[in-house]
Amino acid sequence: MDILILLIPLSLVLVGVIAWIMLWAAKSGQFDDLEGPGHSVIMDDDSPPKPDDTPRS
Amino acid sequence: MGRFVSNSPGLTDAPSFSGCFHCGLPVPDGAHYPIQFEGQTKQTCCRGCQAVAQTIIDSGQGAYYTHRTALPATPQQAEAELAQLGLYDLPEIQESFVRVEAENIREAALILENIVCAACIWLNERHIAALPGVLSVEINYATRRARVRWDNSRIQLSAILKAVSDIGYIAHPFDPGRSDDIYKRERNTAIKRLAIAGLGMMQVMMYALPAYTATDMTDEIRLLMRWASLILTIPVVGYSAWPFFIGAWRDLKRRTLGMDVPVALGVGTAFVASVYSTFSGHGEVYYDSVTMFIFLLLTGRFLEMNARRRAGAAVEELVKLIPAATTRLPNWPSRDEEQVPVARLAVGDHILVRPGETLPADGRVVEGDSAVSEAMLTGESLPVSKSVDAKVVGGSLNQASPLVVRVDKLGADTRLASIVRLLDRAQSEKPRIGQLADRAAAWFVGLLLLITVAVGLAWYVIDPSKVLWIVVSILVVTCPCALGLATPAALTTATGRLTRLGLLTTRGHALETLARATDLVFDKTGTLTHGRLSVRRVVPMNGHSASEVRAVAAALEAGSEHPIAKALREGVALTHSASQIRNTPGRGVEGSIDGHSYRLGSPRFATASETPPAPPASDSGGHPKDGHKHPESGHESWVALADESGLIAWFALADTPRADAAASLAALQQLGLRLHLVSGDAEGAVRATAQQVGIADWHAAALPEDKLAYVKSLQQQGRIVAMVGDGINDAPVLAGAQVSIAMGEGADVAQAAADMVMLGSRLATLAEGVALARKTQRIIRENLGWALGYNLIAIPAAALGYVTPWLAGIGMSASSLLVVLNALRLSAFRQPADAPSAKAQVSVMQSHVPGI
Repeated sequence: MDILILLIPLSLVLVGVIAWIMLWAAKSGQFDDLEGPGHSVIMDDDSPPKPDDTPRS
Repeated sequence: MGRFVSNSPGLTDAPSFSGCFHCGLPVPDGAHYPIQFEGQTKQTCCRGCQAVAQTIIDSGQGAYYTHRTALPATPQQAEAELAQLGLYDLPEIQESFVRVEAENIREAALILENIVCAACIWLNERHIAALPGVLSVEINYATRRARVRWDNSRIQLSAILKAVSDIGYIAHPFDPGRSDDIYKRERNTAIKRLAIAGLGMMQVMMYALPAYTATDMTDEIRLLMRWASLILTIPVVGYSAWPFFIGAWRDLKRRTLGMDVPVALGVGTAFVASVYSTFSGHGEVYYDSVTMFIFLLLTGRFLEMNARRRAGAAVEELVKLIPAATTRLPNWPSRDEEQVPVARLAVGDHILVRPGETLPADGRVVEGDSAVSEAMLTGESLPVSKSVDAKVVGGSLNQASPLVVRVDKLGADTRLASIVRLLDRAQSEKPRIGQLADRAAAWFVGLLLLITVAVGLAWYVIDPSKVLWIVVSILVVTCPCALGLATPAALTTATGRLTRLGLLTTRGHALETLARATDLVFDKTGTLTHGRLSVRRVVPMNGHSASEVRAVAAALEAGSEHPIAKALREGVALTHSASQIRNTPGRGVEGSIDGHSYRLGSPRFATASETPPAPPASDSGGHPKDGHKHPESGHESWVALADESGLIAWFALADTPRADAAASLAALQQLGLRLHLVSGDAEGAVRATAQQVGIADWHAAALPEDKLAYVKSLQQQGRIVAMVGDGINDAPVLAGAQVSIAMGEGADVAQAAADMVMLGSRLATLAEGVALARKTQRIIRENLGWALGYNLIAIPAAALGYVTPWLAGIGMSASSLLVVLNALRLSAFRQPADAPSAKAQVSVMQSHVPGI
């Protein structure tokens, strides 16, 4: 049982780290579009490159 | 149009895989628009679909057809809008929505219309990105908005917009502006609060569970867990629950009792009591209940916010955004027209405002005589008559006939102001049942507080040491949140589902009334039929030639948006110019050309007599011999043209019912609705349509006031009437019915008067909408019943001290969760036994596409 005395504060630190990550993610726009990226992964991108080779910035 | 016509009653009974390859609507008999896809020949339903499908396949994006999960709208050919695209290249216009990065690098935000599934996004992204000169494109699936960067020296914005319309979508530039920024910030804050509450809840649960179940835990560990829970709960209460405290404070300041009051009180009391017991070392802690309570409530509010936003955004897209264009007459009094953006108007300019259009600025009428609705500005629903020299206000709607207006004042953003009003209406109006729940909740909260105080006093007498715990138990176990969530959760889910089905709710009460509707009254033209009339035959009389009478008719209708006017203008060069045009909605138009005055419209109107002349040979109105000689004559309606001396020509106009009309109406009848067809058209055409779609109760030759009277008479019999219409002449009826639905392609006026707007042209959505509205009603009742029943049991139990803290927490969470889950059943709603639904068609079509 004594190990809990170490583990409980450790869990608090872990939650703090996760919370910081979540807040960073919200701030940097990770939640702006919750549906699109899921779909765009599935779509194949197998067509030839653009004819004029314009760099897509 | 001629070959679209079919008398086959089984048109819509055809198996669903015979649907159009592109849009899925049934292919009319006789239509032949083939397309080659992966070595197979597919049929499309019209030239528009054929062209769009060809463009998509030719540009190597045919994979769209194998990936999509919903069907797109049938492409509309809006030449007028395409012609206006060029305006977006003008620097003055671009100023408001284009960001200039480097010398030639520009960036603009676009709203995309007709996006129905992820494949649409993919298709648009690929198609736009493949244009030479486009540097990047990014489309947000959730908001249907795109960000495009392009090199202005290599491609113009109008070319990008044109490319989007080539594949069947519509892109409007828009100004992301302030409201979007505010929304983004609000949403971000909501996500942060939710994340903190969710993390806190999960971890506090981890500490709470062993505390409840473990038997061999030492006191030090227990204390350590309590302190850890306290540390985690502080940010949840102090940051995540902040909106509830603010809301409760606002309620108390206004001396009302909202849902926030018991929430804040319960959270506050439970938290303070837990902190006290943590410090003092005896008593119970409620950290798990507190955090879970906050998390659940925040989730509900977050979902509600998203749904409200989505409904608002759809309205915003309907009203056509910046920069609105208008017709200027630069060389007044000559009638040359030019399309200019509203921003370019100057005081003193003369503008032509056609019926159905909104006045872009304040001004004075110089020519014309019309009725103008100022409902958007004043709330007065009756149109105001305006003649020469009358003042007109920007933002009001011209309803009857063309007006020439001299611009006096340019209100900064009149059009935008009306958009804001529409938006506000959609978002602020609460349905009656919602208001009822709010009032009930206020009573409930008041009663709850009284009971709590009474119970507290009673226990103070019996056993003072238990007072705090009993009071907290009552506040936690009673679930104001289940009661508060019951209605909004169901309504927002249903509204969201309806919008995805293609039925946009613009007024709060619509859903509730639609559920109770007993009668459905349809307009014919544009509603049950395509509304795209064409001239089938011209019968000139008294020695006039066909081309002559057509030119006269076209000149008279030059300023009108009415389908009959469009048909009469179609394919006729404007050689004449008519003046003193006066439009009488539902009857006809009169005007003078080269000194002769003409009247065009219904036979009664054209000849201005009570006994109208009978149309030539084939009008089926009461002549049984007809219909054999001209198989299509049943669809024809006749328009008469007369000059001072009398009748000079007849025009036979034809329209076809929407292909899914019969099946959709059958589905509505199955739901127990009585259907009526009331139209301003002639008897023969109305009867033919009624027979084709299966409506027994039809009324022809109805003037707008007749339609209104008909609806009123139904209402007097105690029926609840839903009106479906599209035209300007329907605006009064739409306003008069208890709930009204306008077609998305219809006139602005109709949409402004309607409670709901049908975005696609699938009539099937009506039956789905009614069924969904009824189900929503049922779910709201279930939710309210559950929340009340739960409280009736829980409060006495808690008051008597039978509810342990963890039981209170579980009971509270379970009751809220049940309410939310029950409401979420609506989002998966699908009309059972119905005409082939969109998804079914897609899956059928996909199974016919090789290589999936």
